[in-house]
Amino acid sequence: MGLKSFCLKKSLWVFHLAGASCNNCDIEILDVLTPRYDVERFGIKLVGSPRHADVILVSGSINQRDKPRLLEVYNQASKPVYVVAFGACGITGGIFAEGNTFAGPVDQIIPVDAYIPGCPPKPEAMISGLSKLMQTI
Amino acid sequence: MANKRIIPVGPYHPLQEEPELFKLYCEGETVKDIKWETGYNHRGIEKLSESKTFEQVFFLVERICGICSTSHPFAYANCMEEIAQVEPPNRAKYIRSIVGELERLHSHFLWVGLAGHFLGYNTVWMWAWKYREPVLDLFEIISGNRNSYAMFKIGGVRRDISTDQIKLARKIMNELKKKNDLLTGAVMDDPVIHARTKGVGILTKQDVMDYAAVGPTARASGWEIDVRRDDPYAAYDMVDWKVITAPQGDVFAKAQVRLLENYESIKIIEQCLDGLEKEPEGDIEVQVKEIPEGMGTGRAEAPRGEVFHFVKTDGSNSPVRHKIRAPSYVNIATFKKSCVGQTISDATISLAAVDPCYCCTERMAFAYDWHTGKKIYDGNQLVELSKQKTQQIRNNA
Repeated sequence: MGLKSFCLKKSLWVFHLAGASCNNCDIEILDVLTPRYDVERFGIKLVGSPRHADVILVSGSINQRDKPRLLEVYNQASKPVYVVAFGACGITGGIFAEGNTFAGPVDQIIPVDAYIPGCPPKPEAMISGLSKLMQTI
Repeated sequence: MANKRIIPVGPYHPLQEEPELFKLYCEGETVKDIKWETGYNHRGIEKLSESKTFEQVFFLVERICGICSTSHPFAYANCMEEIAQVEPPNRAKYIRSIVGELERLHSHFLWVGLAGHFLGYNTVWMWAWKYREPVLDLFEIISGNRNSYAMFKIGGVRRDISTDQIKLARKIMNELKKKNDLLTGAVMDDPVIHARTKGVGILTKQDVMDYAAVGPTARASGWEIDVRRDDPYAAYDMVDWKVITAPQGDVFAKAQVRLLENYESIKIIEQCLDGLEKEPEGDIEVQVKEIPEGMGTGRAEAPRGEVFHFVKTDGSNSPVRHKIRAPSYVNIATFKKSCVGQTISDATISLAAVDPCYCCTERMAFAYDWHTGKKIYDGNQLVELSKQKTQQIRNNA
């Protein structure tokens, strides 16, 4: 285990990037911070800047306008950074994949390390997904 | 401009969950002007809707906005029922109203929590979101999902609410009433919240009328509008409730309106549960075989205000044109009134006060060629095109 992985093992700081989402995934992400689920007990915390983040959590489909910005956020993040595609739209584009502004699912734009399926994924699914990601580090 | 500084909020800002860009033009601490840019969230839903069948459109419009995921299907169902000339049975009407009001409850709790978060008062956030959980549990029991409920169909609802679920819903509503008491007390009597929200982001009655604001934003400025009362649909004319207003128009008034609306929602749900017990079980839909050619409009009161849907059909199995207007589209424009003249630190709560929802609001700003990337129309040309079409229709009529 390298030093970088060792540092990441215990507490993941998450930067949340909402693409062209319907807000459902976004409120469920906030929901896991609140008392019932409380992921902060695992050291998981939302941060305001990609430069501070260990994980970029991308929810929602990515449209033409989001695509260059998603790439920019990914390039800004200090490496190693793990990318999680969150929800049906993040993984495949979901119901919006046929839309005229759709620019491809997240894994065709930046490398993705974990997928959390659901529309929206339940908070339990998110905790499970992140804990599996932590085990692979 | 010499001393004007631009402070960008967005596109990916920790303040807002969704991508959008506000430019605050500031002189010192004071916000002098504000501009906003969207388009980060445009998914082309109106166009997508034309490729779906009438029943599939429900699942699409539900995903316009995750928080208003009943209001859009509600308006769309009202619209399609106007075209098909059907009236859902009473049991379906009650179930629709229950789901609609549960959504209002969870949305208002969510807003109170977020408002607390924006003020740096995370206790309110944690409390409000903790109290919101039982509502989501009830949704999960009734519909199978915490958000995006898929309860609606043309002529009725997809799932019945059983007697056991009615009992459980009553229990949850009773507990929620007490929790809302606690939260209302905590927000209304708190000196910090008073200091931060009273007299901040004021919209006068004239302002909200000028900007055609809807929902709690308009009601908190003393303008008494509510689609549920003005154009009753589902079970809202069968139950007793009142429209909550407040005259001040500041952020505090908006919080007050939303917290008191929670009580009205609980009242409506309890009366609908009473009504549900009187209706025969299982009578939840009327069969609709085909949708005739025609045009229809549907309205519904979302937690943020009026949702408007227009559908044109040609006798086939999918819409020819589907036009959607979400409440945030008009509410967000009021930022120009509420933010200008405030300090930067008050701008955030003024922005949050209308409960903005950008995913509802996205509109196409220009059309471009997919292959060459060349712009075909810009925003002004599109507006011009739209004006010409209206003129044509007028001339033909």
